[in-house]
Amino acid sequence: MDMTGDADHLLPSDSPVTLIGTDGHPVADASRPLPDDAELRRALASLITARRLNDQAYALVRQGRLAVYPSSHGQEACQVAAAQVLDDGDWLFPTYRDTVAAVGRGVDPVEALTLLKGDWHCGWDPYEHKVAPHATPLATQLPHAVGVAHAARLRGESTVVMALCGDGGTSEGDFHEALNFAAVLRAPVVFLIQNNEYAISVPLARQTAAPSLAHKGVGYGIPGERVDGNDIAALLSVLGEAVARARDGGGPQLVEAHTYRMQAHTNADDATRYRADADVEAWVARDPITRLKTFLAPGDSEMAALHEQAEKVAEHVRDGLNRDVEPDPADLFAHVYAEPTPQLREQAAQLADDQMREGALR
Amino acid sequence: MTHEKLTMAQALNRALRDAMTEDPSVVVFGEDVGPLGGVFRITDGLTADFGEDRCFDTPLAESGIVGVAVGMAMNGMRPVVEMQFDAFAYPAFEQIVSHVAKMRNRTRGRVALPMVIRIPYAGGIGGVEHHCDSSEAYYAHTPGLHVVTPSTPGDAYSMLREAIASPDPVVFLEPKKLYWSKEEVELGRSSAAIGRAVIRREGTDATIIAYGPSVPVALEAAEVADREGRSLQVVDVRSIVPFDDETICAAVRSTGRAVVVAEAAGFASVASEIVARVTERCFHSLAAPIRRVAGLDIPYPPPKLEHLYLPSVDRILDAVDDLQWENS
Ligand SMILES: Cc1ncc(C[n+]2csc(CCOP(=O)(O)OP(=O)(O)O)c2C)c(N)n1
Ligand SMILES: [Mg+2]
Repeated sequence: MDMTGDADHLLPSDSPVTLIGTDGHPVADASRPLPDDAELRRALASLITARRLNDQAYALVRQGRLAVYPSSHGQEACQVAAAQVLDDGDWLFPTYRDTVAAVGRGVDPVEALTLLKGDWHCGWDPYEHKVAPHATPLATQLPHAVGVAHAARLRGESTVVMALCGDGGTSEGDFHEALNFAAVLRAPVVFLIQNNEYAISVPLARQTAAPSLAHKGVGYGIPGERVDGNDIAALLSVLGEAVARARDGGGPQLVEAHTYRMQAHTNADDATRYRADADVEAWVARDPITRLKTFLAPGDSEMAALHEQAEKVAEHVRDGLNRDVEPDPADLFAHVYAEPTPQLREQAAQLADDQMREGALR
Repeated sequence: MTHEKLTMAQALNRALRDAMTEDPSVVVFGEDVGPLGGVFRITDGLTADFGEDRCFDTPLAESGIVGVAVGMAMNGMRPVVEMQFDAFAYPAFEQIVSHVAKMRNRTRGRVALPMVIRIPYAGGIGGVEHHCDSSEAYYAHTPGLHVVTPSTPGDAYSMLREAIASPDPVVFLEPKKLYWSKEEVELGRSSAAIGRAVIRREGTDATIIAYGPSVPVALEAAEVADREGRSLQVVDVRSIVPFDDETICAAVRSTGRAVVVAEAAGFASVASEIVARVTERCFHSLAAPIRRVAGLDIPYPPPKLEHLYLPSVDRILDAVDDLQWENS
């Protein structure tokens, strides 16, 4: 077998690709051109809605309307870019933290929050916008992404799959198995790691001794790239290129976006037990929205329009989550198999009977 | 319909071929299933005849194999994956339990996973450690999976056809020691065996309930008992999930006595579940408590001791002797 041993072309750049600096100005010796103005303006609108959605969901937890919310506050650029670089026929595989990315693909935010509201597990139709259900068991969605991509390739379709994963998730076996399968099958998958530096309380240094998470591609023969995860311009460029390459038959790619989890893991977590407030403060200056706003310098009326649009989404979410829907107990048995087994029919009848008698007592 | 005399291994191979010929979305993959044809030769010739896109070797990663199958099933294919051996399917357990079994439910029926996980299972072949596990209880305990096991070449063919055509994921347990058993097989037909037990031998004194590798042992015990003047009925469960309460309870009611035979360790087992279900439904027809003849509650023994572990004709007949005949 031909193994050249030449890994140079698989290695990520020395530092994360940045196109717009933290000061909101284009970096001097950028390695690639900026996305065009229309792309960036579309991203700004999505970013503002994304932030509003994160903050609205967070508030709804405090009001008891959501059980919990893993916020992507501060990571919105990754989520927006992941959705924006895909075509309609492409697939997105999100984790529990990627509600905003799912919404970016067109999923109704109320349906995206069904899981956390507690009405059902997955609230949306995965085929409608080609968004897989939120994956909670870490990295288990990654082999699925490879399977969807491989099936599409076997049928000669040009589908690309964007598979999302956290930094902690890269330690799971399924991360490795998925990358290896994708490489061997040359499946059109872009793996995007949002390295937000923490897996609940555990910092990246306890997760890996690799030079960077993007370097992990080398072991599988997958090119890795690192990108500033708070620079939407760089994300759109790097991810867009990876998607185009995968679509052209160039195989999978691994992208590590360096970002930061600005809030606790979820509302149930107390981040002060494992990190200093000052560490978080340092990332405020790197906020992805401020950065793009400085760069695009939108006018006041333009900004007002974007905020108004975001407010509409927030209102839709509030309305949706404040509406109580009584989940139908019969649903418990309806979707275990295509046809309920005799045993499930028996249990469904028993439960219905119990409920009727309970109702009669009330 | 054509008939052919085939081993169970050949019958399974024919089922895969016929399904692949009929439906281009059927794809087969796993470890060594390509040019080699699988360590048990169940996929023999499939790569040569259908091409590498339809039957291919994968990297050695069981979770990856099942996880990729999930994605392919989500996207219009009908994957049939092979786990090389029972005990080597455990790395895939998370995928099977958290995704294969739950996808339809968590998406309210929007995403179905028509896929088959084939697992050569159970003992009786003198296999060294990690090659003889009876793992059916793990899967049967997981709602959302169908779990079936054929005991004849004919059933192997038709049940695999049925499993591949099923809209639900099926864990298809192939009794290794029966791979070389041979009989006349009716081809070209899918069965309605998922959810249906079958009476393998009529009898009037007691019912032996068995499945997979234990069915031939139960039949042999019935043969011996017959010579000793006792008429034993033998029921082949075939479909562990869904379970055919109707056929099995009717059988037990007709004799009033039952013994459940299975290779897996008896504690918290499918055999235990069968005893519980049948007792709940047939208590007033029973002349004696139902007995279990199961594997011992130990890790599967080394080859030289496996005969002590496996349900044998003698242990079955001893259990039958214990069914309180003095009360009849
Ligand atoms: C297989 C598995 N183990 C443990 C958990 C519990 N858990 C949920 S989130 C999490 C941290 C994951 O961190 P990371 O991958 O970096 O993603 P982030 O939460 O930072 O987005 C853990 C341990 C889980 N969901 N799945
Ligand atoms: Mg993290």
